Amino acid sequence: MTDHSADPGFEEAARPPRSQWRDVWDQFKTHKGALLGAGFFLFVVVAVMIGPWLWPIPYDAIDIRARNQGPSLAHPFGTDQLGRDMLARMLKGGQTSVAVGIAAMALSLFFGTLVGVLAGYFKRLDGPLMRFTDLFLALPLLPLLLVIIMLFRDPLRAAFGPETGIFILIVFVIGITSWMQTARIVRGDVLALKEREFVLAARSIGTPDRRMITRHLLPNVLSPIMVSATLGIANAIITESALSFLGLGFPSDFPTWGRLLFDATDYLQQYPERVIWPGLAISLTVLAVNYIGDGLRDALDPRIRGR
Amino acid sequence: MLNYTIRRLLLAIPTLLFIALVIFLLLELAPGDPMANVPLTVPPEVKEKMRIALGLDQPTHVRFLRWLQQFFWVEPLHMLDTLFGTSWAEGQQRIISWQSRSPVMDIVWQRMPQTLWVVGLSYVLGALIAVPVGVISAYRQYSFIDQLGTFISMIGFSVPTFFTGVLMIVIFSVHLGWFPSIYDTTLVVNDWESFTKQIRQMIMPVSVLALYNAAQISRFMRASMLDNLNQDYVRTARAKGLREKTVVLVHVLRNSMIPVVTVIALGVPQVFGGAIITEQVFKVNGLGQLLITAIQANDLPMVQTLTFIFAILIVVFNLIADLLYGVLDPRIRYD
Repeated sequence: MTDHSADPGFEEAARPPRSQWRDVWDQFKTHKGALLGAGFFLFVVVAVMIGPWLWPIPYDAIDIRARNQGPSLAHPFGTDQLGRDMLARMLKGGQTSVAVGIAAMALSLFFGTLVGVLAGYFKRLDGPLMRFTDLFLALPLLPLLLVIIMLFRDPLRAAFGPETGIFILIVFVIGITSWMQTARIVRGDVLALKEREFVLAARSIGTPDRRMITRHLLPNVLSPIMVSATLGIANAIITESALSFLGLGFPSDFPTWGRLLFDATDYLQQYPERVIWPGLAISLTVLAVNYIGDGLRDALDPRIRGR
Repeated sequence: MLNYTIRRLLLAIPTLLFIALVIFLLLELAPGDPMANVPLTVPPEVKEKMRIALGLDQPTHVRFLRWLQQFFWVEPLHMLDTLFGTSWAEGQQRIISWQSRSPVMDIVWQRMPQTLWVVGLSYVLGALIAVPVGVISAYRQYSFIDQLGTFISMIGFSVPTFFTGVLMIVIFSVHLGWFPSIYDTTLVVNDWESFTKQIRQMIMPVSVLALYNAAQISRFMRASMLDNLNQDYVRTARAKGLREKTVVLVHVLRNSMIPVVTVIALGVPQVFGGAIITEQVFKVNGLGQLLITAIQANDLPMVQTLTFIFAILIVVFNLIADLLYGVLDPRIRYD
């Protein structure tokens, strides 16, 4: 994948070989929005991971005398109607929201890549798998999400406890309803790659299918997969908050950004500033992730890279 | 073309049947009991009779077939009856909501106008904003206007509609008091005053959805314009001395609209889905709100019917998008 064989000139040959990922990073750096987005996303992830340990007030500590306060030194984001500290709840909520986003993205990437590679590589499976994908694309997803959550909330809550049960359910549900685009892109790329000479060469030395896929095909479809990964995180975070906002997500004593926003809308007339924090957190995180995706798409495209 | 249309329509039938089956089987697992709302004083044998009256004693496949028959046969007949005053559907069981014990389709028809007005208008508005924005962004690529357009559309699809909606309520209803925060569906538009009232209550939900839609469509418009601006035929058009306005607005725009029109068609069903959230924010009692209340009340016939209507929308608009592509682009022939 390195570029040093392209031009046999002396200058080129004298330079140390550069890895592909270094080129990608160099191109990524030139995209200001993407760099800013990556920095912000990293900041959010680190903040929600270690924030709850650093911030002394627990997210569920009720202090009824200090309820409905505005921002102050003790409570930088104010407190809610039960006097719970909003900063602690935001950090805890972010932990859930980001975890749901990443886990659901991973699940949908796994499904999407699996279906895409199988459909693209094995001709026999192509027809049925793609019909299956089309069928999923024709399902009304948001209504079905709501229905599935309504149906399986109670059994899973009984089986795994209220928080883990809902977490598994939401991640699973978002994962199995968002893999279709990845599958289509991966299938298209695999179909094109299969016609290339290096695949023929690998086949002629008797590479088995399994190694053909893991060694030759997967590394080459990595870039579209990475781009859909970033879009997947953004999509999963928005879907999770939408579900929480509709009252069908996590239980109310278990904060997520969407849930906090939903709870705050009840007090919209009196304390309008309380909806701002969770809403801003969702929007900025998703915006950052989208910018990362934008930069990554440019950086991973060899036609743009190096211009 | 006709062959292709017929083939696609025939293919849509098993797809829709399968989707109906999936939804039905999913709902079959529901723990809810339609008799849960009946008072406890009603004796169990009466409850059992009510259950039989609803057809709940039948096995699953019989109930599924009955639902299909009701949806595809009885309801259209009933529609014809109300239109022409005939009585074909007389005495036939319609799909009954467990919540209100009234026919599901009657409620759907009541809720339809609100959704269509808010969602439809916002989609049209979004497309009307998106096309010029996309054209200008592409024509002046990397200029200040392009950067601004890109940034606004990034915001448009990063900020979820339930936040923009709530934010608008905070600013325009709570602080400024310009618009009402709750959509009044009982409002009858019959004079100028009620008309302005209707406009005022529609501004916020429509603009929230329009921003979201415009963000999506303008990106496609820009990309499609960029693809076309470097084509040879554009150079030819310029070389033969056409004015720049003609080149861009007639030659390039018409060709770039082809993929955008199909994207607009494909987006219609998603918009209905997305409107579920916006309707919840602004308390518009449209189809989305109906679905949410039905889900919360365990009203399975209503959920089944509504979800299936959304599925029909998706399948139909996919078909429309594909056909439009064939009509608009002479390079694509389906036969």
